Formats: sequence, structure tokens, C-alpha cells
Amino acid sequence: MSTDKDLLPVDPHNEPGHLPIADIPHTPRVTDTDPKAARRAERQVASMFLLSMVFVVLFVVAFVTIDKSAVVYIPVLGVVGASQIALGFTFGMAILLIGTGAIQWAKKLMPDVEVVQERHSMASTPKEDEEAKADYERGKEESGFARYTIIRRTLIGALALFPIPLVIMLRDLWQTPPGENPVELLSTTAWRDGLRIVPDTGETTGEFVKGIRPEDIPVGGLVSALPIDIMEIQKAEHNLNARGKAAIILVRMDPSEIRSQQGEGWDYQGILAYSKICTHVGCPIALYEHRTHHLLCPCHQSTFDLADSGDVIFGPAARRMPQLPIGVDEEGFLVAKSDFQQPVGPSFWERG
Amino acid sequence: MTVKFLAARRRNPAVAIALLLLALVVVGGAYSLASNAQPAVAAMGSQTQVEEGKKLYLEGCSSCHGLNAQGTKYGPTLIGVGAASVHFQVGTGRMPLAAPGAQAVAKPPAYNEDEVAKMAAYVATLAPGPAIPSAEQVDYADADVAKGGVLFRINCAQCHQAAGQGGALTQGKYAPSLMNATPTEIYEAMLTGPQNMPVFSDETLPVEEKKAIIAYVNELQQAPSPGGLSLGRLGPVVEGLFLWTAVFAALIAAAVWIGIKAR
Amino acid sequence: MSTTSPLEKPAPVEKAGGAVATYLDQRLGSNKALGRNLGKVFPDHWSFMLGEIVLYSFIVILLTGVYLTLFFKPSMVEVVYDGSYVPLKGVMMSEAYASSLDISFDVRGGLLIRQMHHWAALIFVAAMVVHAFRVFFTGAYRKPRELNWILGVVLLTLALAAGFTGYSLPDDLLSGTGLQIIRGIIQAIPVVGTWLAFFIFGGEYPGTDIISRLYSAHILLVPGLILAIVTVHLMMVWVQKHTQYPGPGRTNTNVVGYPLMPVYMAKAGGFFFVVFGVIALISGLVTINPIWIFGPYTPDQVSAGTQPDWYIGWLDGALRLMPNWETVVAGYTISWNVLIPSVIIPGILFTLLALYPFIEAWVTGDKREHNLLERPRNAPVRTGIGVMAIVFYGILWIGGGNDIVAVAFDLSINSISWALRILLIVAPPIAFIITKRICLGLQRKDRDKLLHGYESGRVLRLPHGEFIEVHEPINVKEMAVITSKTDHAVLPAPQKTDTDGVRNPRYLVHSLRHRLSTFFYGDNVPKPSAAEIEHGQHHAAEQAAIEAPLHEYEDRDVIYNAHGGVLHHPGMPEINAEQIAEETRS
Repeated sequence: MSTDKDLLPVDPHNEPGHLPIADIPHTPRVTDTDPKAARRAERQVASMFLLSMVFVVLFVVAFVTIDKSAVVYIPVLGVVGASQIALGFTFGMAILLIGTGAIQWAKKLMPDVEVVQERHSMASTPKEDEEAKADYERGKEESGFARYTIIRRTLIGALALFPIPLVIMLRDLWQTPPGENPVELLSTTAWRDGLRIVPDTGETTGEFVKGIRPEDIPVGGLVSALPIDIMEIQKAEHNLNARGKAAIILVRMDPSEIRSQQGEGWDYQGILAYSKICTHVGCPIALYEHRTHHLLCPCHQSTFDLADSGDVIFGPAARRMPQLPIGVDEEGFLVAKSDFQQPVGPSFWERG
Repeated sequence: MTVKFLAARRRNPAVAIALLLLALVVVGGAYSLASNAQPAVAAMGSQTQVEEGKKLYLEGCSSCHGLNAQGTKYGPTLIGVGAASVHFQVGTGRMPLAAPGAQAVAKPPAYNEDEVAKMAAYVATLAPGPAIPSAEQVDYADADVAKGGVLFRINCAQCHQAAGQGGALTQGKYAPSLMNATPTEIYEAMLTGPQNMPVFSDETLPVEEKKAIIAYVNELQQAPSPGGLSLGRLGPVVEGLFLWTAVFAALIAAAVWIGIKAR
Repeated sequence: MSTTSPLEKPAPVEKAGGAVATYLDQRLGSNKALGRNLGKVFPDHWSFMLGEIVLYSFIVILLTGVYLTLFFKPSMVEVVYDGSYVPLKGVMMSEAYASSLDISFDVRGGLLIRQMHHWAALIFVAAMVVHAFRVFFTGAYRKPRELNWILGVVLLTLALAAGFTGYSLPDDLLSGTGLQIIRGIIQAIPVVGTWLAFFIFGGEYPGTDIISRLYSAHILLVPGLILAIVTVHLMMVWVQKHTQYPGPGRTNTNVVGYPLMPVYMAKAGGFFFVVFGVIALISGLVTINPIWIFGPYTPDQVSAGTQPDWYIGWLDGALRLMPNWETVVAGYTISWNVLIPSVIIPGILFTLLALYPFIEAWVTGDKREHNLLERPRNAPVRTGIGVMAIVFYGILWIGGGNDIVAVAFDLSINSISWALRILLIVAPPIAFIITKRICLGLQRKDRDKLLHGYESGRVLRLPHGEFIEVHEPINVKEMAVITSKTDHAVLPAPQKTDTDGVRNPRYLVHSLRHRLSTFFYGDNVPKPSAAEIEHGQHHAAEQAAIEAPLHEYEDRDVIYNAHGGVLHHPGMPEINAEQIAEETRS
């Protein structure tokens, strides 16, 4: 890199145009010249510290006396938690006043004449440099690191291998159930042929209504729905994974308005079932506009046209919303006719 | 200091609770009065009412919805939309339309409650449709608020936002804030699906569940803000704005104050 | 200050302190270090406090965080809520969310601490970013401080990680949706993404492991790293001594400021309490993240207006604005629509950020030590790049809140998204050009000040009838600031072959450097030479001297002409008197 040296500009402080440095100007403060002002500043600082103590006392009083559910009206803030406000205000003031007091002290009463210290180059002196080199050479020589090639190489090998156990143990971050793999899991949901569809009522006991009859959903209607056995699955698996994949929405439109579907006859009398999980990065979406038949994702605004196979018409999602083929069972309740024909939710490498 | 002063004065929990109770009683009373007035509206209109309603319809609505409410290219048909739809659209001032736009905007209603009832009665005679909910249907006093919260998050929050502050839809449309919605309006909206809102029929979302949702929306409207100033409950973007303006201004001001030389 | 008797006996506390110091010194030799460092000088400027805000808010985060760990349960086991918040009573939720609600409603002062933790976190990252911009715009990252800049970039990354892991812990609907998005992003990584997602989440989404895993990262791994790196960061500042702004008496080889003991001890210590106090006050008065509104997380629910905290907001905005590109190659999916905005762009940006000091040094060939800060106007390209970054971030953040903007301003999200897509490409370069032009204009103004002095705005007619605007010499402080400018020589254009006709093997590299360095400093307005400056200031002083006698006649000798202007006639009061009389007559 000898070229770099040639390219270096000269030091700016030897350059023409850099004028000699003037002295640092200083004007005395009022507190420097007027003892009364100094005493006033002293009182100011002390009263801030004193007030801080008062606020600590108030904090303790507020903590003990105010009921945690009490609310209070305060202009600007509105009706707010009384305990929260009182504790926050007293605590905040107690701390703040220590700070302002200390700073006021420094500004008014401590010396305000700027002082100068010299800097020294960061680099070591040549002598120190030599010493370090000599020490290193002596260590290299005494250890025989350069001579004992075999020791050196085996040591490097050992050091390179020893982190492997640390990494390998991370394998069981996910204890893969026998016979399962991620691609399979991401590609299947709880839906299967003949499984009844129930509206999501937030029920947690499993006591769902029997199902949904087609006539229950008016044109323009929207129902967030789940498989009827979702709670049993959740109880067996102790997690919400099945719900996260199987959630669907049912919408009903005039059959004449359906321009296309993902499969022949996948609707039932204008009732369409689509996955509720966005194909972009997986937000649940149910912002359904019943006149335009658009479905909008609240996270990143991907928009799907449910009257046209759930195709993407705006936003970052690349894939259409998976549709679930539905029909009715002998009791007249809506059922799935199969699982989804493509993976629901965000894309992944092996999805194809 | 004023805030502190007020906080100290009002710190007595008994006073605060009493005030809140008073507010609840007053508001609740107002609501029950309002909903008690409903049966007259909800009842099937008398013949004269229908006649007068038709007259109002022809004057104010027929230019867009057609002389026989069959719909024109300016407005959809009203046959079968029911009294509830009329009561919601006209009662919230969304109809008559102020100006063509992405969607009808709520504004002070152009007709009084009596006139709205007459028009609703007329439209209800055209074909069967959802009736204006009765006082009993929107009486949420015994409803389960927590259950309503769950249902709200399943069915409503995706458009109206978790705190009911409203949200954006496509192409300039939006789901309005629910902060000023009355129980009857909420019920009617779920039942009739105004604008682009989907319909939540009584079969898939039974009356009890609708009541629970109304109770939860009422809770959102009335609830105090336990943590202090609520910042509109619009989420992290607004919190970020507050951070960069108010909080940072305070901190920078303090830093500048430290740097300024005392006189 | 005003001690009455200078020979007071030491107070008992002081005595005890002295004993401790002696005890420690005999075992550690600590007084040597104390003696060296208590008088250490720090330059004073408000913008040097930004880093302190970062440090102090971090301390607040640690303190409040410890408190929160006493009550928070990082578990995804489903429980039925039975706390005092009525609208969620009886609802199934994870233990993490239930304990967050308990902290908010059943632990006295718990909500205050939770809000302090969250506000302090927002302030922590915000102050870090502003601090980084201060360092950037003033060129404080130049030699010898490049390594500390890299540590800063690492800290920023860790801060984002700390923030996001914390945001996800309460397991409310908002944070869970954020995690869902992260899962989608991880799955989009080619080849390993799918397995990586399964390992991180312990299986399918949402699983039951992620909260406790994020918890250990949030309270142990990330803050531990931050603590360690912050310590090194500060030690380096200590060893290298703080940079300073140009000013009278300030050079590249000294530090001008106040000693640590007592002034900085009081100011910095006091500022810690100010930051702490402001955080406590804000947290007491203003709600942040009202988790009870959002409800418990379930993977099939969502709220409109779902956004991350501000520091992740730009990434969310990028995700929103990205066109929907996805390709399938040989049966494998590459989701460009997710990869580009959330992996590739941030990856490139953070790499460039970390390498910037080295890139700039390579381009300019500047290998000198810099302890005196450079004024932003004197490095127009650097300043332009910084402004460009701010504009870029701003547009993405607006994108991250485009639904809020749409509702607030009654606009269509579709139009906003399209406008922002275009602006994201067009606006930053425009911002760059404008900034560069403004900087060059300011440089020209500085040169004028040196050559002609300061424009007083007063017009003077000389005895021979010439009109001049009086220029005054600039003051000492301004002179020191303006002359601190370094003229950077542009690297010379290389020759294809040297004098002996041998081909220059590194011609292309040198040529690139030449062009980049011309881009960087080629437009700079050169600083006048010392002689020119002296001449200019001398000339200004002369003008001021010509004008000086006028001040003696200030009131009498001023002639108001018919157009409301003011004319002076130095040294000839009798003519002035005539003219005044004439004006009065007419």
C-alpha cells in the first residue's frame, strides 16, 4: 500500500489558512461576582433536594392509601388510574428534582472556566513496540509453537472441533415427532372430508353449536369458523397450532357474482370457504368487504378478491388465498369436502 | 403542579369511585331512556305512518333509490333491506348522501327520530327485512362483557381495531370508529351490513352474543385509561410520534440546558 | 464556593470515604487511577449528552426489568384469567399474558414500572439513533474511532433485538401478530428457513416454547451482550478522549472542557436523574402499549392497525411497500416479497453502516487522526448521505403506519402505498442533492466571511460618492470555527502507463478511487490562505474604521432620503446639516 502514502493530503493544521488559535474567552457569572446571587443559587439547589424528599414521602403515602382500582379525572389526561398517576408523578418528580438540583449546582456554583488537556497519539512508542515484539518472540521460542508442527496442527484441530457439541445440542430445540417433517406439517391442516364447520364463538370448553346450516348465512354474510373437533385437538396437543392453520372464513355472495373458484363446485350455493391465514407472512385476515368481495390484510394490506379464486389484487402477497371445498352433510350442516389443496399461510422454501 | 394538585385533591378513592359510579349511572340511565323510546319505532308502523314515510321517501330518497325503491345506477334497491337498515343509515346521517365518495360518511341526521321511523315503516312494507331491534334485544345489562370481548376480537377487531377506533379498508373506504355508536346502531350494523360491512345474522351470531358485543363496545367507550393519557389508543405508531415529539423535546431541552453557560 | 473557614475539619462521611479509598488503594492501587482520571477533561456540548441518554435509559431498563421479572411468568400454558380487570375475566389466555395483566392491574405501581420499561426502551433506541447521527454528521467515527463506530452498530442491532424480544413477551394480540410475521419472515429464508423456523419455535406456530425462549434472550443473552459492549464502548471513549467541536483554543491535539470532578460528576450524574425522572413522569402520565385492550393472543384473531414499535416500523413499512414477487425454481420457492424488505435490505444497510468509516477513508485517502469534529457543511456528501438515510427511514415508517395515515387524513391506502413506493426511490436522491447544494452554499458563505468579513447590512456613501456595504471583521469564536475546515485534496487521476511505459496494474481501482474522491470533495469551496484571510479581515476592519466616526454623530448626521433610506456622510457634518435642512424644506 505504498501508493496510499503518496495520496495522503497534508496535515490541515499546517495548511495555509489555518489561523493561530485564540485564547478561550470567559466571562464571569453573576454567582461569581455577587455573593447574594451565589446564596440564592445555593438555596435553589437545596430546595430542589428538599422537595425531592417531600415527593418520596408523598409516594409512600400514595402507595399505601390509594386503592389500586380507583380512578380519577385529570384535565387533558382524562379518567385515569389514580394510583398509577399519583405514583408516577411523585416518583418522577422525586428523581427529576435530584437531577435538576445537581445540574443547577454545577452550572451556578462550580467553576465554569474551561481547562485544556493535551491529547497523546494512540499509537505506542517504537520502544514499547519493540518490547511487545520481543516478548512475543520469546514466548514463541520458549513454547516451541513454531517447531512442534504436529502439536500446533492437532491443537488447531481440537479447537476447531470442540464447539461442535455445543451446536449439535441445539438439534433438539424441536423434538421432531416420529414420521413427521416440517413440509408435511406445513402442508396439512385439521380439515378432512365430512368434517363439520362451526362458527368461532370463542368457546373454550368444546361445547360448540352443532354446526352451520347454509341458510344461516345471508348473502353478504361473514363467519369466522373452525373444525368442530378443534378443542379436542387443542386439548390433546396442548397448543394452538391446529387453530393457527385451520382457521377459515365463510362468506356468502350471490352465485352469479362468483367469477371463478379454485375448484369446480367448491362453493355451496354461493358460500365460499377461504383460509383466514394470509399467504404473505401469516396474519389472520377477515377484513371482508361484502360489496367488492375484497379481503384485506390489516398487517401489510395484501388484498384478495374472493369472488375471483381469492387472487391477489394488491399488496405484497404473492399467492392467492387457499380455498376449502365445502358441501353439506345428511343433517344439512356445512362440512369440508377435503383438506386444503395447497399449504395455508406463508410461503416456505420447499413449498414449490 | 396543577396536575399534582388535582391528583392530590382527588386522591380519595371513595370520591373517585363515587364519581365513576355517578357517571355510569347517568350514562346508563340515558341509554335506557333512549332504548325505551325504541318500541314505538320498532313496532310495525300504522297505515298513516307508512303513508307519511312514503311521502318522505319520495321527496328525499327516490332520486337515487328509484320511485319504487327498486334501485337505480345511483343507489341500490331498498326492497328487503328492512327497517333496521333505514334506521341505521338515516339515523346516523349516512343517508341522504352528502357527496359521492368512497363510502357514506356519518354526520348529524337530516331527519328527526319520528321521520326516520316513518321512512323505516314504509321501507319495511316493501318486503320482509330485519326490523329495528327492540329494547329487549339491545339490553346488554346482563351480558357477559368478557365473552363480548372475545367475540369482538373474533368478528369486529379486524376492521374496527381492538379498541374500536376504526381502521382503513381498501380504496379509501374505512371501518368507522365505534366510540359514538349506540347499542341500537351497533345491533343494526351487525344485522344489516351497511356499506361494505359483512352481515352477521342472528343465526351465526345469536342475540345473546350480539348483546355481549354491545356490552364490550360500551365498555370500550366508557373505560377509563388506567395508564394515563390514552394517545387515542391507536397503537405503536402514535406512541412513536409522541416519543419523537414530546419525549425527545423534553430530553433535548434538558441536554441543551446543561450545555448553556450560566450567566 | 463561599466557605467561611477554609480549614474545616473533614465531615464524618468524608473521613469514612477516605478510609475506604485507602483500604482499596492498598489492595488495588486504585488511587493511581483515581488521580489520573478525576481531573479528566470532557468537552461540553448538548449533543454529547445524547449518548448519555442512551446509557441512562439502559440503566432504567435494567432496573425496571429486574422488577418485572419478579412478577412475569414466561409461560404459554393456558390459564383462565381471574384478576381484577373485569373485561377479561374468565377468558382463556397464556400465563405470560395473565401475569402481564396482573403486573398492570394487581401489583401496585406495576403498571408504572411496565410503562417505564417500555417508554425507556423506546427512548433507548431513539437516543441511540440520534447519537449515531450526531457521530455520523460530525465525522466523529473517523480515525482513531472506527472500531467504536462498529461497536455502536452492533449495539444498535442488539437494541433492536432487545426491543423486539421484549415487545413479544406479553403475548397479547399485538405482540403475537408480530411474532407470526417474524415466523413468516424466517420461513422465507432460502434452504434453511423452514427448519430454522421449526427449531426457533419448537415446532409449528405458535407452539408453546417461543415465549420462554424469547424471555431468556430478552433478560439474559441480549442485555448481557449490550452491557459488555457498552462497557467497552465507554472505555474506548475514555482512552481515546472525547472529540470536540471547533472553537477558540480547541485543536486536534487538545481537549477543552470541564474536569470530571466536580463539574462533570454533577452534570452527568444530574442528567442521569433527569433522564430517569422524565421517563418516570412520562410513564406515569402517558399510556404505552395498553395490552389489556388487545386481548390474549390466538393465531386466528387480529386487530386493524397492527404495527410494531417505531424502530421496527421501517421494516414493516418495507414489507408493506414491496411488490409481490415470488419465484419457484426447480420446485423451490424464493419469496422475494418477504426476503428483500426484511432480510436483504436491512442486511445491506447495516453492513454499509458498519463499514462506512472504512469506505469513506478509502475513498478520501484520509488516514489522519481526527479529534476535532468536522462541520456537516464541510463534508457535503457525507451530510447528504445522512439526510438521505433519514428520508428513507421516514418514508418506510410512514409506510409502516399507512393504515393510520389513511384514516387520519381520509386517503386511500392503495394510493398511499403507490405514492410511497415511488417516493422511496425518488425522494432520497433528491434529498441528497438538495442537502449537498445547501452545504456547498454554506461553504461559500463561510469563505465570503473570511475574505470580506461579516455583512453588517449598513450602506455607506464614501466621500467620492461610492456606495459600499460595511463589512465587519468576524469574531474570534466564529473565526476559529470557520478556519477549522480542512481542505481535502482530491486523489489524483492515475495514469494508464507510467513514464517508462509500464502498464499500471491497478489502474481501474485507482481510477475508481479518483472518481469517488472527486465526488466526495471535488465540489468543496477551498478555504482561503492565511494571507487572504488576514487581508480580508483587515479590509473589513478598515471599513468599520471609516464608519466609526459616524457613530459619534449617530443621530445628527443621519440623512433620511425621500425613499426612506439612510445616508451617511462621514467626516463632513456641515454638508450633512445642509442636506438635512434641504430635506426638511421640501
